[in-house]
Amino acid sequence: MSEAVVALLEVDNLKVNFHTPTGIVRAVRGLSFSLGRERLGIVGESGSGKSMTGRAILDLIPYPGEVLADRMLFRGEDLLTMPKATRRKLRGRRISMVMQDPKFSLNPVMTVGDQIAEAYRVHHKANAREARERTLAMLDAVQIREPERVYALYPHEVSGGMGQRVMIAMMLIAEPDILIADEPTSALDVTVQLQVLKILDDLVTSRGMGLIFISHDLHLVQSFCDRVIVMYGGKAMETMPAAELADPSAMSRRHPYTLGLLGCLPELGNPKGRLSTLTRDPEWLA
Amino acid sequence: MAEGESYGIVGESGSGKSTVLRVLAGLNQEWSGAVTIFRKAQPRVRDKAFHRAVQMVFQDPYGSLHPKKTLDDALAEPLAIHGIGDAERRIARALSDVGLPSAFRYRYPHQLSGGQRQRVAIARALVLEPTLFLLDEPTSALDVSIQAEVLNLLQALRQERKLTYILVSHDLAVVGHMCERLMVMQHGQCVEEMSAATLSARKPETAYAQALLVASEGFRRQG
Repeated sequence: MSEAVVALLEVDNLKVNFHTPTGIVRAVRGLSFSLGRERLGIVGESGSGKSMTGRAILDLIPYPGEVLADRMLFRGEDLLTMPKATRRKLRGRRISMVMQDPKFSLNPVMTVGDQIAEAYRVHHKANAREARERTLAMLDAVQIREPERVYALYPHEVSGGMGQRVMIAMMLIAEPDILIADEPTSALDVTVQLQVLKILDDLVTSRGMGLIFISHDLHLVQSFCDRVIVMYGGKAMETMPAAELADPSAMSRRHPYTLGLLGCLPELGNPKGRLSTLTRDPEWLA
Repeated sequence: MAEGESYGIVGESGSGKSTVLRVLAGLNQEWSGAVTIFRKAQPRVRDKAFHRAVQMVFQDPYGSLHPKKTLDDALAEPLAIHGIGDAERRIARALSDVGLPSAFRYRYPHQLSGGQRQRVAIARALVLEPTLFLLDEPTSALDVSIQAEVLNLLQALRQERKLTYILVSHDLAVVGHMCERLMVMQHGQCVEEMSAATLSARKPETAYAQALLVASEGFRRQG
């Protein structure tokens, strides 16, 4: 493999365990994938370990969790063996994460503009004026009208969709190589959701970022991502090109779990008398 | 709405769909106009018989059950309020109707999964044997597989008990699956009323309903 095609991120046999008084909870059990400059979707139900995967990459697993992996390479550097301080520098600067709910992830007592500027100054040598200018440009890039006015607003003064854009601006201002988006649009209305996705899409394409898009929404992932990992019980059930999720001729190749998930969705224009429910096979976790 | 019908209300957040439901349920008393339910103009404050016949199921099963009360307490309370005897049999029946094992009866909400809690919320509405069910986003907090189970349950109950449903949701596919007619709301006003057949044929008349339909189909890349 030549230098040019080294994957942005390579994860081999990732495990996340929580040591609790009642035994070990295995949130992720042996997940392997690689990420290039693409949109990789991770779908699964709640508790399938998709968010924990995103957090493990950033070393954000809280105590008493532990992250184990055979390999976790970011552009060829091993994330697991590097000193904590080096890893901390990567976080936010090279790999960053957009959380689900802007209401809980923004600092309520600081204007959104100052928060974005702070994120910039943590990672770049810049004076306050430069940081402000970059922030205004970034707010403009995420299609916020009147960036000057929004800069001075507090998080409670912005709407959900705008808050999510502020978060995206904050995460992208450091120009990371990888963006992990954990249900970035689940709290938003469908029309706003599409605007936010459009922004993410444009930024990924124009900056050549790698995007890990974590979601429970199969339709959304199928229409937005290049590749999809379907997770269940901490394991990858299958990995496939996103287009195949909507392709009826590829259905015979699908994992029964994926088929089950697709089957329980009500569809417009294809009325089903009764929705099929999912039967879970314990063998999937073997 | 006719008896036994299922009617959907869709719209974005802030469009007023939940508020309409709360007015119908008598939970919101700040309204003007006329509300006629059961061929009777309803006053602001409804009587007990009304609340017995009209029951609401809320969106968040994590928030709508009292954390320190067992399922038995939660189901016995509406019966006590309405002075209905025979609690024993009714609670057992409501639990079995929603497909929960009777062993669950003395459990607390935290011992249940999200889907099970929503079943309890439905059971709590069912014990009073109402005729009109008001469903406020009953599945939006649940995974798709659990959503399918809850929707199937609601469908089956409706057929069995001849219930009338008003379902509020932001998910057009869910409304299309559950309802015969629906209304699209925006900024507190009805934009369009249509049949489920019009919806599944993707032929709404107004631009807003069209836009909502397109948006619900996922992301589209230009060019």
